[in-house]
Amino acid sequence: MAEVLILVDHLDGQVKKSTYELLAAARPLGEPSAVVVAAPGMAGQLTDALKQHGAEKIYLAETDRADFLTPEVDVLAALVESVAPAALLIGVSADGQEIAGRLAVRTGSGLLSEVVEIGPESVTHSAFGGAYRVEAVANTAHPVLTVRPGAAEVESSPGAGAEQTVEVPPPGRKAATVTSREPVTAGERPELTEASVVVSGGRGVGSAEQFGVVEELADVLGAAVGASRAAVDAGFYPPQFQVGQTGKTVSPQLYVALGISGAIQHRAGMQTSKTVVAVNKDPEAPIFDIADFGVVGDLFVVAPQLKDEITKRRG
Amino acid sequence: MNIAVLIKQVPDTYSERTLRSADGILDRAAADPVLDEISERAVEAALQLKEAHGGEVTVVCMGPAPAADAIRKALSMGADRAVHLSDDALAGSDAVQTARALAQVIKTLPGVDLIVAGNGASDGRVSAVPAMVADVLDLPALTHARQITVDGTTVTVRRETDRGAVGLTAELPAVISVSEKINEPRYPSFKGIMTAKKKPITQLSIGDAGIGAAEAGLASALTKVTSVTPRPPKTAGTKTTDDGDGGAQIAAYLVAQKLI
Repeated sequence: MAEVLILVDHLDGQVKKSTYELLAAARPLGEPSAVVVAAPGMAGQLTDALKQHGAEKIYLAETDRADFLTPEVDVLAALVESVAPAALLIGVSADGQEIAGRLAVRTGSGLLSEVVEIGPESVTHSAFGGAYRVEAVANTAHPVLTVRPGAAEVESSPGAGAEQTVEVPPPGRKAATVTSREPVTAGERPELTEASVVVSGGRGVGSAEQFGVVEELADVLGAAVGASRAAVDAGFYPPQFQVGQTGKTVSPQLYVALGISGAIQHRAGMQTSKTVVAVNKDPEAPIFDIADFGVVGDLFVVAPQLKDEITKRRG
Repeated sequence: MNIAVLIKQVPDTYSERTLRSADGILDRAAADPVLDEISERAVEAALQLKEAHGGEVTVVCMGPAPAADAIRKALSMGADRAVHLSDDALAGSDAVQTARALAQVIKTLPGVDLIVAGNGASDGRVSAVPAMVADVLDLPALTHARQITVDGTTVTVRRETDRGAVGLTAELPAVISVSEKINEPRYPSFKGIMTAKKKPITQLSIGDAGIGAAEAGLASALTKVTSVTPRPPKTAGTKTTDDGDGGAQIAAYLVAQKLI
């Protein structure tokens, strides 16, 4: 059976959850092979976790090259030659999209972006924030797919995990050199695009200080916090939490919108959420058109009461 | 310093955007076409670099004839000239074809030191075309820039993404993509709008740009859309007015849905 190459996303010696999803998502296309590109001495500590989550093969490429993202492209391009994979899967992120794009153009592979579902014959994209389901195929061998979080459930059935060291080829292209890195320190809350519950605040929250009401409800639900563009533009919350066309696209089990009117710009980022709950003072707010449960009322009364109810029920 | 800015005309994100059911291609007639916001920021970044270091700013756009409006907007902001790659044969091009076509156009421009683009368009969301163009042209890519500094022949960028900040440096010529946070684009002045009408726009067909007919458009695309299904609109569920127990009602709903 053909191999499917999965680029392992890792940080500080930990494999990211999105990689485990890709190991499972690859199954309709072939046997999942994990590809680790890491600094010398760092790749080995990831192999157990990859094997536990279904990797049949693990390619280990260690390098101290200081060029940015191009070592990953060079390693994957060399594997395309030597392995002839059925497909390559890379998680959607700024880095992942760039690696995928370069790889596709360099190897003449079809690039299928922001895939939400992988089938044996075709993949599904979600276009315009979920307004369309688009099925697509590649007309080439070894297509490159960027895959959104949640495309498959993480599986914990172990694979063979056969390890193979691969040479890192010399740089294939001119590249930028990394001079410094400042990783973001992960907060206590789940990542916005991966969270199963998201609580977002909009213009109705009124100020940065008052965003605490959104955060407190999020914390009892174990949720990520989001914000509408209006709230971000008003300086209530930092831009990396913006949900909408120009921000993040989220698709959680539960989306709670507090003081968000629901402009089309915002809906494009959250309308594929399974269940939407909205609280807004304005009974005409368009968010109610897509809310499974809507309360017309003051979010500063409703949200704390909801928080207390959840705390009480959990005893 | 001569700068090429890659711009894109997109359907306004504040309007309903539709895909043609027959071939899955964007229905450009259905929504208001605008210069993408991130393209405006790329133009602004290029203009600021020109103001600091001299040189010329050339707008590069691939798109159908109406994209001329987006080009005029960029020229009215202050860019000096434009190249418009427009050819019916390009319709339906995918990301790989687009990157290759843009690279071909850039090759027609003499002495480009820097290529500036947005980090991702609001319609396609491949968010990789600048790096792909760099790969085709064998140039370094400094992407998702929050800050750009040019010193002699060295360009330095502060890249900011969800993962944090990375300092990147390279020798010119190079490709830069800018993030949403880099600047606030200027509004075209009245004078800018008037002078833009006289600025040269070079029209290129695929032949002019050295792109073969077998490399462009839907027929030779590396990917193919097989079906397009509009998602059934989400319908409104229960809506109640808070009578003092709104929060408790939501809690009861979430329990019934097994969400808490």
